[in-house]
Amino acid sequence: MALTGVEIFKLLPKTNCKKCGFPTCLAFAMKLAQRQASLDLCPDVSEEAKQKLGEASAPPVRPIVLGVGDRAVKMGEETVLFRHEKRFVNPCVFALEIKDTLPEADVSRKVEEVLDSEIDRVGQKLRIDAIAIINDSKDVGKFEAAAKVVATKAPGIPVMICAANPQAAEAAVKLFADKKPIIYGADSENAEAMANIAKTYKATLGVTARGLDELSNLTEKVKSMGVEDMVIDSGAGKAKEILEYNTLIRRAAIKKNFKPLGYPVITFAQREDSLVEALISVIGVAKYSSIIVLSSIEKWKNLALFTLRQNIYTDPQVPMQVEQKIYRFREPTPDSPLFITTNFSLTYFIVSGEVENSKVPSYLAVMDCEGLSVLTAWAAGKFTAGKIAQFIKESSIENEIKHRELIIPGYVAILSGAIEDKLEGWKITVGPREANGIPAFLRSRMASKQ
Amino acid sequence: MAFVPPKETYSGKVYSVTIGTASKEVTFGGENVLPFHSFEGLTPNSPIIAYEIQDVPPTDWPENVQKPYKDVSNDPVSWAKFCQETLKARAIALRLIGTHPDRENRSPEDAAKTVRDVLSVIDMPLIILGSNHAEKDASVLVAAAEAAKDKNCIIGKAQEANYKTIIAAAMANNLKLIAMSELDINLAKQLNILITQMGFDKERLITDPMCSALGYGLEYTYSVMERIRLAALTQNDMTMQPPMIGDLGMYVWKVKETQAGETDMPQWGSAEERGIIWEAVTATALLLAGVELLIMRHPKAINALEQVMEELI
Ligand code: B12
Ligand code: SF4
Repeated sequence: MALTGVEIFKLLPKTNCKKCGFPTCLAFAMKLAQRQASLDLCPDVSEEAKQKLGEASAPPVRPIVLGVGDRAVKMGEETVLFRHEKRFVNPCVFALEIKDTLPEADVSRKVEEVLDSEIDRVGQKLRIDAIAIINDSKDVGKFEAAAKVVATKAPGIPVMICAANPQAAEAAVKLFADKKPIIYGADSENAEAMANIAKTYKATLGVTARGLDELSNLTEKVKSMGVEDMVIDSGAGKAKEILEYNTLIRRAAIKKNFKPLGYPVITFAQREDSLVEALISVIGVAKYSSIIVLSSIEKWKNLALFTLRQNIYTDPQVPMQVEQKIYRFREPTPDSPLFITTNFSLTYFIVSGEVENSKVPSYLAVMDCEGLSVLTAWAAGKFTAGKIAQFIKESSIENEIKHRELIIPGYVAILSGAIEDKLEGWKITVGPREANGIPAFLRSRMASKQ
Repeated sequence: MAFVPPKETYSGKVYSVTIGTASKEVTFGGENVLPFHSFEGLTPNSPIIAYEIQDVPPTDWPENVQKPYKDVSNDPVSWAKFCQETLKARAIALRLIGTHPDRENRSPEDAAKTVRDVLSVIDMPLIILGSNHAEKDASVLVAAAEAAKDKNCIIGKAQEANYKTIIAAAMANNLKLIAMSELDINLAKQLNILITQMGFDKERLITDPMCSALGYGLEYTYSVMERIRLAALTQNDMTMQPPMIGDLGMYVWKVKETQAGETDMPQWGSAEERGIIWEAVTATALLLAGVELLIMRHPKAINALEQVMEELI
């Protein structure tokens, strides 16, 4: 269990010397309890207190970084079981498996697919984050050769080196020295050799066991060998086991502060059928996996999984928002059409995508509605005729355009009369309901104007 | 360190609801744990998926989900038969969308006839849905309920604006009832209370906290459902214990990702598979959040979901 502020206070020097930057030891203790300060700010804390506090103040799920540079991904650090309590912290990593039994051309092609997997959604760049190279052949040379293809073609992509044979693991990990890879496959038989390799190459160790009891023992054993950075595999295969083991692991870590299972979890989701594999991955995304290994990454599948991950990991308290302002597309002129919408990022990105799609230079007025969608904002009284009129007047768009026509979302057609009353000299045009009607809407306007 | 599995025991339980008649009846709900947590309690029934059909041809559905029904969907009776015989559906959801004033504006009598016709060719459970026009539904669902008397169907949706009339019809004809509110746990609770205060048996009720599609508010539905389930189990809150329905097909098949062609959106991949996965992923997430009854459209999405449910049990 995490310590309370008062419990922490008892372990501090109690001199109120302020060297930590806080007025009193108690104030500092409170910050520590909330995990908003770090213990090393106090220069006078005793060794004993350090040890006790270090254990207790460590996050219940250990933070682990996979890879280096701008493609590095962070895992762990989770603090809750249900997303409505608090934002899930580090989105799970999607990794594509590449077996060393594949011909070199296929290995290359799969690496290309990973490199090419990036999709932009709601302003975020989403992609397959990592590659899991698998020693399916059981052969050291073949494994090294496959790893070499990955290391050469995609030097920036984080990797997970999956081999039960320490020699194979070592041969491959050499190619990723200083790149913070994961070496996966430490079990009760090879733990010592694998731990040594992980230490030598400063890699994270992937530990695998059958069931949670065996897994706890194994992580303890590996830790006693001096390896602290681990990711864990409970041996879960069927969906039922994934859900059960992942739930028990997360509960043990968070509610009991049970350290032996306080590590990011790997889930192997590979299935014969790609759609079923995606649905197994849904369980991993929603229920506590930190790494999900896939056997194929078709574009349609990536889009769905990335979107789900984004949904599950958004902050439940604050909707994603964009800045209130007039956005310009394709260098609009004083005659270009003017649209209005709300500042919910999803709404903004959908509408701006369609305006962009239409290839017609346009203005898009985005109004601050506390990140609510059009209908929600309207129902909540934030996207009203009065507020829209005020926003347009204050935006100074009137100095930039010659016409006085504002196109409003079709779902709020009901507002058009009231806005005309409040915005003198303006004409309100009701646009299509769905944003994907915007290109056709603009096309037919152009046609009728000519 | 020895590992002691941190299991939970819950004080509450979800009601189980049985629909349909004779050998084709099905039961859902009944668990006293979070979804699929069979390692710490009882999960006697697995969730049920109903195939969605409607009273008028599905011209408003995207091409890729019209296709599997193209030979049968001109007529709700042949469509229902196809779901029962060819697709082996375990339940059917008939949406009377053609009664909507902005659509064909069909009359309550027409709707009742459609219900009778469909019931005469199927022997599996039927869910009867209005067009979500609160006012029109009040008359349409009353007529539809009479047509389904004693067939142990579900009828819905009762909303704050029309629940009184619809409850009376459900009670008089011995039907189960869906209560829908708008994505808010307190509104869901309040509506269930209002309905039971009118004398409607709470064990005949199904909660619809309202759906949303993957990428379009799914996280809200997901968390509202999870919170409803937690309230039912951990606080033994009886007003939150009816099973939940996820009426997701209609939300999924209107978003851009289920409609845009591959030529428009090359970076999104195959349009057909994209639509199917959109529906299946939305459904899987809702299963994990706690739905016991789903209404879906694409047979391939339903098949994949059934495979995953089998693995989850
Ligand atoms: C998620 C959600 C919420 C979330 C808020 C999410 C958010 N950030 O906005 C929460 C749970 C907070 C919420 C709350 C409420 N909600 Co709400 N919510 C939804 C839901 C499910 C999805 C909204 C969404 O994300 N849509 C996606 C975005 C992209 O849609 P959009 O902004 O409208 O944009 C589309 C179009 O309008 C168009 N478009 C947008 N801009 C423009 C501009 C132009 C020029 C053009 C041409 C087109 C265009 O393009 C987009 C896509 O094609 C909808 C139901 C639904 N499925 O739509 C209900 C819905 C919007 N909510 C509704 C209601 C009533 C409420 C509440 C008042 C009730 C309540 N439950 O307490 C509250 C109010 C909030 C408050 N603070 O008081 C109703 C509104 C009914 C109505 N017609 O008035 C809806 C429609 C549900 C329903 N069927 O009843 N809600
Ligand atoms: S530096 Fe240490 S001893 Fe000094 S006030 Fe801060 S906590 Fe107390």
